Amino acid sequence: MNILSENLGLLLQALGTTVMMTVVAGIGSLILGVLVTVARVSPIPILRAAAFCYVQFFINVPLLALLLLAVFALPDAGLIMPLTPTAIIVLTVYEAAYVAEAVRSGVNTVAVGQVEAGRALGLSLGQSMRLVVIPQALRAVVQPLGNVMIALAMNTALAAVVGVVELTSRVNKVNLVYAQPIEIFTAAGLVYMAIALAIGLAAGRVERKVAIVR
Amino acid sequence: MGTRATDEATDATQERDHTAAARTGTAMVGLESVNKHFGDLHVLKDISLEVQPREVVVVVGPSGSGKSTLCRAINRLETIDSGEIRIDGKKLPEEGAALADLRADVGMVFQSFNLFAHRTVLDNLTLAPTRVRKTKRAVAEAEAMALLDRVGIAGKAHHLPAQLSGGQQQRAAIARALAMHPKVMLFDEPTSALDPEMVGEVLEVMVSLASEGMTMIVVTHEMGFARRAADRVVFMDAGQIVEQNTPAEFFDSPQTERARSFLASVLPH
Ligand SMILES: Nc1ncnc2c1ncn2[C@@H]1O[C@H](COP(=O)(O)OP(=O)(O)O)[C@@H](O)[C@H]1O
Ligand SMILES: [Mg+2]
Repeated sequence: MNILSENLGLLLQALGTTVMMTVVAGIGSLILGVLVTVARVSPIPILRAAAFCYVQFFINVPLLALLLLAVFALPDAGLIMPLTPTAIIVLTVYEAAYVAEAVRSGVNTVAVGQVEAGRALGLSLGQSMRLVVIPQALRAVVQPLGNVMIALAMNTALAAVVGVVELTSRVNKVNLVYAQPIEIFTAAGLVYMAIALAIGLAAGRVERKVAIVR
Repeated sequence: MGTRATDEATDATQERDHTAAARTGTAMVGLESVNKHFGDLHVLKDISLEVQPREVVVVVGPSGSGKSTLCRAINRLETIDSGEIRIDGKKLPEEGAALADLRADVGMVFQSFNLFAHRTVLDNLTLAPTRVRKTKRAVAEAEAMALLDRVGIAGKAHHLPAQLSGGQQQRAAIARALAMHPKVMLFDEPTSALDPEMVGEVLEVMVSLASEGMTMIVVTHEMGFARRAADRVVFMDAGQIVEQNTPAEFFDSPQTERARSFLASVLPH
């Protein structure tokens, strides 16, 4: 326990980084993922194809490979950005693919009649999407989206590999000094579990609040 | 309602020998030689039909005869293969802003209500006026409340659709369409999904609309409604308009064998 209290400041700071990455990439991926879904179900073939390729690409490439690519290859190509923002962007575009898949399954639960009613009232296709389809689709997939957010929180740990000092990275550094892996890593594991639990509970609450009775 | 219905019934009677072409340009809804296929299936066969302002046309016919397709083609929820459809003199535009504008003027009531499931009844009524017509929210809400009151469900304004009975949902759906001040209302079997005890309350609203002079095209199996409110009955079979007449003439002395056998199958004896 000593180790933890002696390094409390650093550990909390690292936890803050983990939470910040999760929140920023979470919001980003939700927005981007919904946009990808809209493209995916739009009547414009090129948009649909682009969205399909986007999702396939990010689902079929390991996140770690993407992180390494972004951190080591992009600067070579002349694109230099601080580490943490780079990792957040990679996490965002990566998780957005999973968000898009979840939201698309939600779109499939929205009855065709809902869109027809909207269109019959004079709503444009965009308005039908924004005001009728997406809100209903999102309500149907709160839990799956919660799971994507939990995966995102866990995936922030991979940023340690490319040098972002988030929770896992800090814990690892502390262990290198104290060599008490059981205590240190158990504590870190419990913190990750708490984060996952918090996201899961929040998703449950949101779901109960917005669920559509039919 | 009496005088008007009689006047128009007379009009309609005179018109049934297809003076349609002569009246082009004055009809609220005009279809000319409309054809539609679903794959190999010829669903609408050379349909020509004119509906005059304030006229109530009831479309009847066996299941699968193309009534819904006809209704849906009128606001282009289904595209047609050939022919022309005009609303208030304007040809139906291609998909896009102009079509949305035109649809805003055409109210549609579906068999399955299709109220927006995630929004309250009041929001269902105000959504299109505020977003399409850009009506101020307060104005739209006041108008929506008046409409809900008129269809007898003002007390349900803040409920979600799923909390309403079928009859109430359909009345809300009619109010939602009316909130756009449509020039014409299309009804596709509005009472077919309802429990029998709720049919009356919906028909009541429709009869009162008709008596106020709304132009209406109503696909229905409710022959009582047709007798009470229709100026003209159009009988469809296998994608064709087989016969059209005043309700009295159509029900009492159908001209074709197909109409006779259809009536024999739907009217209780
Ligand atoms: N989207 C569709 N795809 C293929 N066939 C369809 C479709 N909609 C309707 N049909 C067919 O077209 C015919 C006419 O259908 P419809 O207009 O719904 O008839 P009605 O409303 O008179 O019962 C039917 O044979 C029906 O099976
Ligand atoms: Mg039908």
